[in-house]
Amino acid sequence: MMSHILAVEVDDPTMVDEEEIEGSPFWDWEFAFEAFPQMFMAFLEVTILVTVVGTLIAAVLGLVIAILIMVLPKPLAWIVRWAANFIRMTPIVVQLIFMFWAFLWLDALTIGIIVFGVHYATYMSEVYRAGIESVPKGQWEATTALSMPAARTWRKVVIPQALRSTIPSLGNYAISMFKDTPFLLVIGVAEMVTVAGQIGAPTFRYTEVYTIAGLLFLAASYPTAVLVNRLEKRLAYAH
Amino acid sequence: MPTPTESHSPAPAEAGTPVIEFTDVEKRFGDNVVLKDLNFSVARGERVTLIGPSGSGKTTILRLVMTLEELTGGYIHIDGEPLTHEQRGGKRVPVSKKQQKKLRTRIGMVFQQFNLFPNMTVLENIIEAPVHVLGQSKQEAVQKAKSLLEQVGLPDKADAHPTSLSGGQQQRVAIARALAMDPEILLLDEVTSALDPEVVGDVLNILREVADTTNVTMLIVTHEMGFARDVSHKVMMFDGGRVVEEGHPETIFTAPEHERTQKFLGAVLGH
Repeated sequence: MMSHILAVEVDDPTMVDEEEIEGSPFWDWEFAFEAFPQMFMAFLEVTILVTVVGTLIAAVLGLVIAILIMVLPKPLAWIVRWAANFIRMTPIVVQLIFMFWAFLWLDALTIGIIVFGVHYATYMSEVYRAGIESVPKGQWEATTALSMPAARTWRKVVIPQALRSTIPSLGNYAISMFKDTPFLLVIGVAEMVTVAGQIGAPTFRYTEVYTIAGLLFLAASYPTAVLVNRLEKRLAYAH
Repeated sequence: MPTPTESHSPAPAEAGTPVIEFTDVEKRFGDNVVLKDLNFSVARGERVTLIGPSGSGKTTILRLVMTLEELTGGYIHIDGEPLTHEQRGGKRVPVSKKQQKKLRTRIGMVFQQFNLFPNMTVLENIIEAPVHVLGQSKQEAVQKAKSLLEQVGLPDKADAHPTSLSGGQQQRVAIARALAMDPEILLLDEVTSALDPEVVGDVLNILREVADTTNVTMLIVTHEMGFARDVSHKVMMFDGGRVVEEGHPETIFTAPEHERTQKFLGAVLGH
């Protein structure tokens, strides 16, 4: 058994490179430690910032879009719906580039936050719409029977109940937005993955930096997913 | 104000403006005519039960009064004021939203499926509209809610969530919620149909007590004929969107004139 494996290794022509690889190890801890602080700063200052602010914009604007489509008179609702469809069905990269050149006086990071927020708002509006539609008709009828004004009906009855079923999807979109942040590269915003590339370029060492990038994404995504899960459980009514 | 002993007396005199008046009411869902040329009125304090096979339009009548359905023809007046449409210059025109809202606050409804707000506690369910629609102080509304909860036999459930309550308990809270608005008119739409048989009696007893102790006008849709007989001043038998027969409950239940009524009651009371 043993001799068989050895025989194969000796015969393998790729083994010729072994000595070269030894000179530059697959993983260089020193380099990784050097690269980490710079990447972590980019992670906080760009990736996290865009995700958090973008999610807030998306969560609020998404709800506004969903409600507008339901309460506006038909032609206006139609315009809002198709504007949202248009944004949802075109690539975020195109939107980033378009907005960057259309609003040159705005800094790229602001553009990035707005585009991510609005783009994901159109996704989240669909989630809200489904959530609002899942509120039983009887709930609306009860608010009519109690003469509750429309605004209060939305705020106190419909939205709280709609949110209950939308929280997991909203959380998933937040995570999805987070993973899309490297697209900021196209408008020259140096988020973490771009910075990783810049650090790796001079020596062609990419293993460490991209591994760190991946781990940082995981380190943020996973707790977020857990948090969303907990929130979902907390919002569920006792049965 | 009537005293409790008066409640089983004959129907209040039909003098003065009726509380509810249907004039040539027609309700269509698309091509399906549910109610046609319907005329009737309900006097102040009167309790009217609508009976008839399902699909006969009974529930639709309650839903029209509560403005949950759009009236497709005719007029409904509440206290002499048009609820949805009025005749102006020989034309049928919708009334203002403001007018409709004003009249609607005088009407309360209890639903078959309770329709409590699951995201609020029992107390919050009850005080929501008194505070935010009628403008009562929170203190006043809470006090009233607590006494209503006592009345419906759930004094210790104020902070419970509706989903932790049984169907019968939820329906009792729903009754308290409707009464908290001090309605002139109370609409009861098959309020015991979704309940376990053993709790139906409790809920009906609470409603009997409401009938005995208040002057609230009631429009009732129910399959509980014993209850209908006890509390109503008038019973109206519906079939195919029309009134087949109406009269004093004793007459309708013991000596119905119409064959359709006889058949229906035979089927309902038969088992």
